[in-house]
Amino acid sequence: MMTTFAHILASVDPAQQGSAIDRIKSFVDALCAPYYFVPLTTLLLVIALVSYKQWTRPKAALLVFVAFTVFYGASMLDEDFFKIIKKPDNVPITMMIYFTGFCTWLGFRQAAVNDDRMKRGEPLIESGADDKVLVWPDLVYTELIALVLCTAFLVVWAILLKAPLEPPANPTNIPNPSKAPWYFLGLQELLVYFDPWIAGVLLPGLIIVGLIALPYIDKNPRGNGYYTLKERPLVISVFMFGFVIMWCVLIVLGTFLRGPNWNLFGPYETWDPHRPAALLNINVSDVFWVVLPEKLNVAWWKPGLPSEASFGIPAFLVREAPGIVLLGGYFFALPVFLAKTVFRKIYTQIGLIRYAVFWLLLSWMFIVPIKMVLRWLFNMKYFVAITEWFLNV
Amino acid sequence: MGLLNSVGNYFRESQVWGSIFRHGVPRDRRTRAMAILSNVFLHLHPVAVRKSGIRLSFTWCMGGLTFFLFLAETITGVLLMFYYRPVVEYAYADIVGLRAHVTLGLLREIHRWGAHAMVIAIWLHMLRVFLTGSYKPPREFNWGVGVVLLTLTLLLSFTGYLLPWDQLAIWAITVGSNMARATPFAGHEGPGAALLQIGGVPLIHGGSDARFLLLGGTVVGPGALLRFYVLHCVFIPVVVSVLIAVHFWRVRKDGGISGPL
Ligand code: HEM
Repeated sequence: MMTTFAHILASVDPAQQGSAIDRIKSFVDALCAPYYFVPLTTLLLVIALVSYKQWTRPKAALLVFVAFTVFYGASMLDEDFFKIIKKPDNVPITMMIYFTGFCTWLGFRQAAVNDDRMKRGEPLIESGADDKVLVWPDLVYTELIALVLCTAFLVVWAILLKAPLEPPANPTNIPNPSKAPWYFLGLQELLVYFDPWIAGVLLPGLIIVGLIALPYIDKNPRGNGYYTLKERPLVISVFMFGFVIMWCVLIVLGTFLRGPNWNLFGPYETWDPHRPAALLNINVSDVFWVVLPEKLNVAWWKPGLPSEASFGIPAFLVREAPGIVLLGGYFFALPVFLAKTVFRKIYTQIGLIRYAVFWLLLSWMFIVPIKMVLRWLFNMKYFVAITEWFLNV
Repeated sequence: MGLLNSVGNYFRESQVWGSIFRHGVPRDRRTRAMAILSNVFLHLHPVAVRKSGIRLSFTWCMGGLTFFLFLAETITGVLLMFYYRPVVEYAYADIVGLRAHVTLGLLREIHRWGAHAMVIAIWLHMLRVFLTGSYKPPREFNWGVGVVLLTLTLLLSFTGYLLPWDQLAIWAITVGSNMARATPFAGHEGPGAALLQIGGVPLIHGGSDARFLLLGGTVVGPGALLRFYVLHCVFIPVVVSVLIAVHFWRVRKDGGISGPL
């Protein structure tokens, strides 16, 4: 952590070797280390949610668009970055970034306009419930035009770019890195922090169940059928965090920053397959039973993992007790505390069962970034590691 | 112009035309309503819709685009099936041959890019439905149908990924399908699998678990190619088509595209 910080400072130090461009590149590379990249994009999202009335103004949004395009375009001059971008299977990522960006702007722009109008007591953009038009011709023709444009777009795309095709399958030649299809790269990233059954089965399952459950949990009757942010800030913020950061940003991370041996690389760094793998990771139990006593160095607390049962509690439970307390607090005590404080209004609105489901989904969503940050900062592996029971969290 | 019109009228007044369309030229309110009501496909629409609901900036036309892309995939997919054999010996060569020798060899390009576009379009459709709060009552159920469609669309794209049988294909599918190994109880490396045994003989092992079921083997091989082909070309598209019909029907029955109450 400190070393990378020094690395960032060094990268802007003019005394260092290399041209200005190189220094900018290594600065961006350093910023793309995940412990900056993910928190920074999250910060950007928070700023975007708070200042949605400002940045969605057409001129401001255009500025953002131009700035990003200049940055993205200039990046393509870099050989290593261009190598990733031009891989045919990565073409959709560029599309995803632009289309998602545009649609997010379009939605939040209308939310900003609507919220302003509501404040002034004016009718919404969508108002006029009785204004009906006939489907033939109004809608049918819109659909026809959309169909034609969509087809034209596909045909042009297909003419300009060849679809990906690599050498024939060879079961003995394992590519390094081996990546899942791009839309699953966010899920593949989870494998770094969680055991396969959690990353590959439980979390995707919770995403699906959580999405289906959403309309039954969100009992806020307002904001039905029109764009708004002011009337449902919590739900929109949580959803956008999940969609933008935990899905899209992780896909970008998996595409641009994950190289050979699943090591992390800056976007302008050459993928060196010989770079040593990551450090050894430690568990909460190691921190509590070994690192802490060593640091404190007191007579009554000797470092060492408990290896014998005490008070009839098996050794592994004693060993994992600190992690169990932490996780138990997170999953079971925190929601009670929140229900009495910050979420008081929500709790009374949706009741016990809905609140329990809400917390189940929310807690699992947020344990992902929590574990990521702890891994990056302290090389933490598991809160609780009971391998016998497959309970490694 | 006059000639064209009278030729047009000749056809529109003929017995053949009348037997197909059952209504006159959609020029006034009544015939326009009839145009929608008497056509099984158009009938998925209501006769009249809220003006604000069909504004492009409201729906972004994303649901419609997802549907068009699904249609484009179906059409190009059927054509691809004429040339492609899901056998390890031929699969790759068929794909190469398709590009090199077949007139309109563009088909595979359209099919591949269209699949990616559909994945993006369906997310954005979900985003717009979310941002407009259109999942709220009475549309909760249709949102759920949508989530299942989203999952199936991803699986459709995932199963198609294997078919070219190139390096990209088998390793992406290997990475993806390794997850199935860890399914609780059903995967041989998953939690609880060890509990399922009879007299010390495990029921769940590498040759009987969820991954084996998916791949028809212990590695991504000929069995997997055939299974993914069948899932990709028959099973998932049929389920998706049925669910899309349900989805559209419910959009209509739930009161059309949402709007402020
Ligand atoms: C194959 C996939 C899908 C197709 C073809 C499809 C198509 C459509 C179409 C054409 C509409 C009419 C309004 C519009 O275009 O926005 C619609 C509405 C709707 N869709 Fe989808 N959709 C799909 C997937 C989804 C998904 C993934 C979700 C949500 C998770 C979803 C939820 C809804 C809801 C709730 C409505 C009603 C919205 C309203 O009344 O404003 N759909 N869908």
